Amino acid sequence: METLIQVEELYKSYRRDSLEIPVLQNINLEIAQGEFIAFMGPSGSGKTTLLNLIAGIDKPTSGRIVIGGVDVAELNETELAVWRSRNVGFIFQFYNLIPVLTAVENVELPLILTPLPKKERRAHAETALSVVGLAERMDHYPRQLSGGQEQRVAIARAIATDPAILVADEPTGDLDKTSAEEVLGLMDRLNRELNKTILMVTHDPRAAERARVVRHLEKGELA
Amino acid sequence: MELLRLLLRNTLRHKLRSLLTVVGVGVAVMAFALLQTVVTAWYAGVEASAANRLITRHAVSFVFPLPLAYRDRIAQVPGVNKVTYAIWFSGVYVDKNQFFARLAVDSDTFFDVYPEFVIPPEQFEAFKRERNACIIGIDIANRYNLKIGDIMPVEGDVYPGQWEFVVRGIYQPRDQTTDPSSMMFHYRYVDERVRQEAPHRAGQIGWYIVRIDDPDSSARISQDIDNLFANSRAETKTETERAFQQGFLSSASAVITAMNIMSFVIIGIILLVVGNTMVMSARERSHEFAVLKALGFSGRQLFLLLTGESMILSIAGSALGLLVTLPAVEGFQTALPKGWFPVFYIKPETIVIGAIAGFAVGFIASLIPLRRVLTTRIVEGLRYVG
Repeated sequence: METLIQVEELYKSYRRDSLEIPVLQNINLEIAQGEFIAFMGPSGSGKTTLLNLIAGIDKPTSGRIVIGGVDVAELNETELAVWRSRNVGFIFQFYNLIPVLTAVENVELPLILTPLPKKERRAHAETALSVVGLAERMDHYPRQLSGGQEQRVAIARAIATDPAILVADEPTGDLDKTSAEEVLGLMDRLNRELNKTILMVTHDPRAAERARVVRHLEKGELA
Repeated sequence: MELLRLLLRNTLRHKLRSLLTVVGVGVAVMAFALLQTVVTAWYAGVEASAANRLITRHAVSFVFPLPLAYRDRIAQVPGVNKVTYAIWFSGVYVDKNQFFARLAVDSDTFFDVYPEFVIPPEQFEAFKRERNACIIGIDIANRYNLKIGDIMPVEGDVYPGQWEFVVRGIYQPRDQTTDPSSMMFHYRYVDERVRQEAPHRAGQIGWYIVRIDDPDSSARISQDIDNLFANSRAETKTETERAFQQGFLSSASAVITAMNIMSFVIIGIILLVVGNTMVMSARERSHEFAVLKALGFSGRQLFLLLTGESMILSIAGSALGLLVTLPAVEGFQTALPKGWFPVFYIKPETIVIGAIAGFAVGFIASLIPLRRVLTTRIVEGLRYVG
């Protein structure tokens, strides 16, 4: 399979007063297009930081992250925002839906950034909701949905713009067992049927079982 | 789903807080407009001043009279177009609280120099024919339900005795700055009686009003007039009508300045009210803004969302404030003793400043939370727990 994501000599540290605290070091990684990879490891091992760096919402201290031929570490904030809107779909642990918008409006949110006309945006959003099995709940507000349903709306939002990469940070961390299974099944389908490259951070071994590749991080380094 | 819809939904997210902010801004804008209107009312005399009118009064004080004989000499000063005069009659009509200006004037010339008192020609002719006739402002006519032919009994104080005047004319003010509540009657009528009852006070007037051809020559003409009567028993002081009116305000200038400052302090208070709401609102939604940024929303779009919300609240508040200003000003005027502020109206500039304040405050109040939203890193925003 063709390599989509290439991480080279990645180093990330945070400054706390005069102290430099390394979070990630010496990360080298290749992820093929259509891969479903899970990152596991103890708290503070740098899983989420790695995910954020690859998703373009954080910047490395040094190293390269080349995705689809673009070194995202070299992009400025404006370029990164445009790049993210076209290439990355986000699935967060706590769904992060906008509470004042209905399910379909939440899914339509990233489509505002595209040149699609209003009708097409709505059609895309409805299709994405159908994919996650929530077409009949499209006019419901987040508070009117269960946790599992909210996460499925968040997945619909993540795929609405048809990005190549989905990043999921503990997507089942706030869900009961049944809902977690539903969400993982859905992610599995997106990977197999729509060939989405999925990067998932999880503590849950059952969630990690769904991934085709599992990588462990220990103290900021890939094991 | 349009950005505007999200903006409106966010504005109405906390309905009570938004409502309180709008009402807070509204009350502050109303207070600003009310204070500005009071300041305007205080300056009404100054505003109504004509550039081509000079006032000649006694050099020592306004309360000392001048000889009527000065009139012809003043009229001969080069640049003087017309001279008229008046006396402050004062007196009591109905009761002491019913205050309005009562002036004895030279009926042949006074209304030529004051064209802002608009009188129907037939009424003016009737006024001139009758020695105890008077002309009153429309405000007086309405306040006391007076009509042509009615008698106005006035108990004299500066000029003691019982006086009776017949209403023969009701004038309309030419514009909003003209006092609609004055009463004018014949100086001759007053002087005739003074000659009989207090001859030593006869032939004296309060002040001259001098109409000049060229306002640019006012300084020279004033000097020429005062030079005429230098070293006499009644030296004069001549100044522009505006300076004369401002002289009346000098004793209250500290209060007026304080009110003026207060009115603009209120604009600052509005800024704090809206700013506080926006800071709270943006802080609570740090997480959401981080999500929007992660999805690819640009700084310009976040600016539209946050500043738009701030401006909606602020503009709605100032619109509400300006809307209630009209009844508030009327209520304030009603609550005051009659005649305190004969000219009391909301200046268009006050409305414009109130409206501009709505826009400006909305914009400025959003800057601090906007800066925070734009500079907070996405990962920090996502970690934020409100």
